[in-house]
Amino acid sequence: MAALVEFWSANATQIGIRVAEHLGLVVASVGAAAAVGIPIGIVVAHRPRIGGPVAAVAGVVQTVPSLALFGFLLPLPLVGGIGARTALVALILYSLLPVIRMTAAGLRGIEPSVLEAADALGMTPRERLWQVELPLAFPSIIAGIRVAAVVGVGTVTIAAAIGAGGLGEYIYRGLSMVDATVILAGAVPAALLAIAIDLLLLTVERTVSARRRRRPAQAAVAAALVLVLAAGAAWAAWPRQERIVVGSKNFTEQIILGELVAQAIERYAGLPVDRRLNLGGTFICDQAIRSGDIDVYVEYSGTALTAVFNQPVDNDPARVLDTVRWLYADAGVSLLDPLGFNNTFAILLRADEARARGLTRLSELGAHAPEMRAAVGYEFLERQDGYPGLAVVYGLSFAEPPRAMDLTLTYGALAGGQVDVIAGDATAGLIPALDLVQLEDDRQYFPPYDAVPLVHGTTLLRYPEVGTALARLAGRVTPDEIRRMNYAVDGESADPADVARAFLDALDRSV
Amino acid sequence: MRAVIAFDGVHAARSGHEVLRGVSFEVAAGETLALVGRSGAGKSTILKLINRMLEPAAGTVRVERRDTREWEPTALRRHAGYVLQEIGLFPHMDVSRNVALVPRLEQWTPARIAVRTRELLALVGLPPEQFATRWPDELSGGQRQRVGVARALAGDPPIVLMDEPFGALDPLTRAELHREFRRIQQQLRKTVVLVTHDMREAFALADRVGVLDEGVLVACAAPETLRASEHVVVRAFVESMEA
Repeated sequence: MAALVEFWSANATQIGIRVAEHLGLVVASVGAAAAVGIPIGIVVAHRPRIGGPVAAVAGVVQTVPSLALFGFLLPLPLVGGIGARTALVALILYSLLPVIRMTAAGLRGIEPSVLEAADALGMTPRERLWQVELPLAFPSIIAGIRVAAVVGVGTVTIAAAIGAGGLGEYIYRGLSMVDATVILAGAVPAALLAIAIDLLLLTVERTVSARRRRRPAQAAVAAALVLVLAAGAAWAAWPRQERIVVGSKNFTEQIILGELVAQAIERYAGLPVDRRLNLGGTFICDQAIRSGDIDVYVEYSGTALTAVFNQPVDNDPARVLDTVRWLYADAGVSLLDPLGFNNTFAILLRADEARARGLTRLSELGAHAPEMRAAVGYEFLERQDGYPGLAVVYGLSFAEPPRAMDLTLTYGALAGGQVDVIAGDATAGLIPALDLVQLEDDRQYFPPYDAVPLVHGTTLLRYPEVGTALARLAGRVTPDEIRRMNYAVDGESADPADVARAFLDALDRSV
Repeated sequence: MRAVIAFDGVHAARSGHEVLRGVSFEVAAGETLALVGRSGAGKSTILKLINRMLEPAAGTVRVERRDTREWEPTALRRHAGYVLQEIGLFPHMDVSRNVALVPRLEQWTPARIAVRTRELLALVGLPPEQFATRWPDELSGGQRQRVGVARALAGDPPIVLMDEPFGALDPLTRAELHREFRRIQQQLRKTVVLVTHDMREAFALADRVGVLDEGVLVACAAPETLRASEHVVVRAFVESMEA
């Protein structure tokens, strides 16, 4: 709890911005859904034959999981892409059903005799709608808007996956850092926001239903005005200036790299940068850089080859970079020079043990293996390109068959001396922290995962200084550096932005 | 005698089956006509034909010599006040706003509306200072129907249509409203068509009484003439009153 308060006070401005983004998205989407949904609800109530199917479609949309809906929208022109626009479209689609349903229910619930009286007294259909039907259905309509707004607050947290901003940024970051404090830093304000909106609209609903000494029409106008003003403010606050948009995937190393790239552009190219860090995975980043929704992000050569372009595994780092470079060129994306580290599998030993045995390369491990014990993650044990292949290529035969355990636990097991060899992750922050060393893969058994910045083609044309700025990073982010930075964030809870800034400061001094 | 409302060989159908079969009658200016019949005999249909909530399948309905199909519906309806059995007061408007509905639609000035509202509340026996700002759900059934009558009269329509206006009230309240009706009618001399299934009410309030049986107007005459009628349905109604 104390850690949470500390985090909030340290990040007060940021959290304020996230809350504003969050609220802006909810208000704008619910406002738009009300503007569209109330008329549809009226049609549904008055002409079920036309309106029924519309309501049915809205009902189906509601059942699509939000992350899947974001996924569907991403590749679409106009409505799709990374950022607030796609989130807005998805949120509007979600908000429509409760608004339509409750509007129609409110209108259908009006006593027939009241409507008959309205007709018989000579009200035109328009007069009847505005003076009788809408005021009487108003509490129900507000109830629908209430449901939409509360659901919206929750859905916006998921929209952070596609770079829409909002409090979900903390939740995703916290999830990728396995840091409950950061998760709560986003989740608690989001929950409070939902409760606050719920109470506010409940009060409006009550006030209007009570209707004593208060004209529902006036309350309706006031509420509509507040919504419009808030939506307008949100719109005005939207960043519209030309900025370089930097993306990243949603795990610690990627967020650090995103910051590094963003700050390098700010520092060396002097261009303003929008950060879309924490995007929900390779597919989303790839869509975004192709469409130009983001201008820059860092990808890994092996991931690009197999996951993005569906090519067979290739173990030659230079050839992989070449292949990927021309595949990206066809897609209108430029591949810059590698940053200098390879995020691949790593066979790790305790540093003292490696020194004692004089081990630096995997080809030397075969001779020592019969005296050593190994542990690997479950997946690595099974995969053909995991342990089975490794054992063949390097002729490994350990004292006992490798123990399979949770990947994160293997580091502790190695440091604690329960085992002598593990298969870990080459950039893990725990490698320097636990004083481990990586054996060189001198027979190139593992496919290469060199970190390389990607830039959208037209961006590089319009802002060549982006290329120059990022060239300064080429080869400078060594395995040791990235491990140290990963550990600073994961192990010491440092802010990725601070870690990146310190790295660039050091880089500037060394030149 | 000038006929304000004239039915000529009117047939009407509702949801597929015929409810009026060749109905003809006239109502003179300032006259009160009561229509009596069993449920489903077509009484309410006649009212709805007069203000064009329904249109005839055959024959013509004329209001002030003009076919209702030539009338603009809202103009026609503001020309003919309507009182429902269920009253249908607007629950989101207080008494004065309910009464002032038609003048508001007609865009009278606020001052004129205020004067008219007070006048009407006084006319229907609801002191304005006491009732103007009350809400419909704070009123008794009888008070509500008085508001309904005031609302129907607010735009000063020459015609008033009443669909079983006193049917849901207890006998004492009903008798009281009957007296009020006669008093108001003496004062205003509207052309009134009143639907009821109670022959006693019809005889008490109307200048002439029409008897409907399965969509046919079997008699339409002054009460004393009806008393002497030999028609079997009319006899049944007259006897029901005396029983």
